[in-house]
Amino acid sequence: MLLRHTTDKIQERKALVVNPAKTCQPIGAMYAALGIHRCLPHSHGSQGCCSYHRSTLTRHYREPIMAATSSFTEGSSVFGGQANLLESISNIFTVYDPDIIAVHTTCLSETIGDDIAQIIAKAQADGKIPEGKSVIHANTPSYVGSHVTGFANMVKNMVMYFSKSSDLKREQINIIPGWVEPADMREMKRLTTAMGIKTVLFPDTSDVLDAPQTGRHQFYPKGGVTIPQLQTSGDSKATISLGEFTSLPAAKALDAKCKVPFHSLDIPIGLTATDRFIQTLHDVTGAAVPDEITDERGKMVDIITDMQQYFYGKRVALAGDPDQLIPLTEFLVTLGMQPVYIVTGTPGKRFEERMSEILTDAVPDAKCKQAGDMFLLHQWIKQESVDLLIGNTYGKYIARDEDIPFIRFGFPILDRVGHSYLPNVGYAGGIRLLEKLLNAILDRQDSMSLEESFELVM
Amino acid sequence: MRKIAIYGKGGIGKSTTTQNVVAGLVEMEKTVMVVGCDPKGDSTRLLLGGLAQKSVLDTLREEGEDIVLDDVLKPGFLSSWCVESGGPEPGVGCAGRGIITSINLLEQLGAYEEDKELDYVFYDVLGDVVCGGFAMPIREGKSDEIYIVVSGEMMAMYAANNICKGIVKFAEAGGVRLGGLICNSRNVDNEQAMIEALAAKLGTQLIHFVPRDNVVQRAEINRKTVIEYDPTVEQADHYRQLAKKIEENEMFVIPEVLSVEELEELLITHGILN
Repeated sequence: MLLRHTTDKIQERKALVVNPAKTCQPIGAMYAALGIHRCLPHSHGSQGCCSYHRSTLTRHYREPIMAATSSFTEGSSVFGGQANLLESISNIFTVYDPDIIAVHTTCLSETIGDDIAQIIAKAQADGKIPEGKSVIHANTPSYVGSHVTGFANMVKNMVMYFSKSSDLKREQINIIPGWVEPADMREMKRLTTAMGIKTVLFPDTSDVLDAPQTGRHQFYPKGGVTIPQLQTSGDSKATISLGEFTSLPAAKALDAKCKVPFHSLDIPIGLTATDRFIQTLHDVTGAAVPDEITDERGKMVDIITDMQQYFYGKRVALAGDPDQLIPLTEFLVTLGMQPVYIVTGTPGKRFEERMSEILTDAVPDAKCKQAGDMFLLHQWIKQESVDLLIGNTYGKYIARDEDIPFIRFGFPILDRVGHSYLPNVGYAGGIRLLEKLLNAILDRQDSMSLEESFELVM
Repeated sequence: MRKIAIYGKGGIGKSTTTQNVVAGLVEMEKTVMVVGCDPKGDSTRLLLGGLAQKSVLDTLREEGEDIVLDDVLKPGFLSSWCVESGGPEPGVGCAGRGIITSINLLEQLGAYEEDKELDYVFYDVLGDVVCGGFAMPIREGKSDEIYIVVSGEMMAMYAANNICKGIVKFAEAGGVRLGGLICNSRNVDNEQAMIEALAAKLGTQLIHFVPRDNVVQRAEINRKTVIEYDPTVEQADHYRQLAKKIEENEMFVIPEVLSVEELEELLITHGILN
């Protein structure tokens, strides 16, 4: 009973978070930056920040996460970090030869007010940025928002730094995938390729953070969106942005800067969100939906109808990030399940609005909280238990104490594999999610059933 | 050793007043160290006869943490010792953090140890207490007495009241107390009465009214305190009196902060209506 001190008595809290359901902005910025080909993320602050952010990503992906740091000293915090950043830029291009350095700030450099854009301009003027190389930045103070905000800020600044509009309009669309796994980005590309649509997908961590073991270490793996691709995003026909929290700021920026119209959708998790994604791809490009995709959808629907009785009425608690939780909750409702408790650590009233749209009719007494924490979720569960818990690895403590079947979903997953290699999005990802849900539910039923009701066929 | 911090609105004359008072104290054969906590590094110019020495933070930046006290602590007029904490260029870095770093470093280096036989340490702090760093001289028992330099101008009085809020906060936790207001006259109408009334409201005293005299500016141009520049003028006596009053001061209080309405009422009663 590792969480034995948690009680079912909920008291109003104003200044205390217990077991947060979020992490630092720079982790999101670092993850987004790794989705650019030959990019070295750079943390502008003290060393400890960079170590923590790298190690969290390394534990989730089980890949070495490369990132540099400005290594602030006492002197840098008083005099500002300009000298450190200029030196870093010079050293990084000399020693590690990336195509691009993506600088993100930390709480310290934000608080002392370092002006990164000005420092980058100075590096350019001083000739520290070699011909054809780039340095971009995002402001990522962790006392604002969460890792989701940091991701969104870095993706938006990819647009601000690179997207250009020329007279040449291209027969392509932009997809801003939101914070999803490399496997999910790969799946989105598979779907658009199957429909014959040319896309610029950014960021793209496939073949970066799910790179194969070849016996030789590749400092910069082959994946990632390239700078020339990013530059053409300003000439695309349209942008499909997936996730209001992670992708919409970039889509809006691209519209404002290059007049590329955008369609804001949910991340295609589950049946209806994927339907909307495929439908929008068709509407925007006119491309036909091939049988390959229609058949996948049919298979998914088949599983749902075959196994309907096991889903129906099951109470589920969820913790995670807004852009994943919104379509996932919608999917659970589609399945006839009862998502009763939902928390995200990321602040944003829009999350509760969307949730209430999804839940008002199906689960009128559902409880939902933005800027909440896992402690609150646990307290709700103590008050009235659930049949299933879905969340990142930190949820395992609650699942163990309360003896609830647990599905790992979201970020970070530190104790299982598969999340970076197998998708959750699209119909194929939906089938995988259905399998996970059913395994958890049916394993439970098997382990709890009495001898006389232990079923062979389920 | 008495540890005194001088606060007040920017441009009110804190540095000038501090150095002139210190000149008065050293004339009384006291040993005094002045710690300049202004990033501009101009708090000890009159005692040193110019901006002579490197600041603590410049030295830290150039030589790392391997600093010896002699690099930064310089002898000034008579038995005064001067150190400038220094800080970043305008618009970059964090001056507040600079003060924290600098004062910690001075302690580590032993600037306050008994073998220095200091009678007084004066902290001359930049402008308003805008952040935690600028409150460092009144934190954790760094200084025990505060004097606020003020004039009859509304904004100076407003700043003085604001500084008192900071003092109240730290007075409750530590031992710091307000020793009084020093009026550096701007020749505002009815100035002395108004500051006396402000002092009374705050629960403190107007410790001395320093009249305006151009000899101060002449001395400054010559990089000297008035007492050094022309010991015979009346203004020099004012600084001597202020030094003596501080030496003999026994009134140390936790101030009663005024509301904005009370402050404005004070101005109307003493300033405009008369």
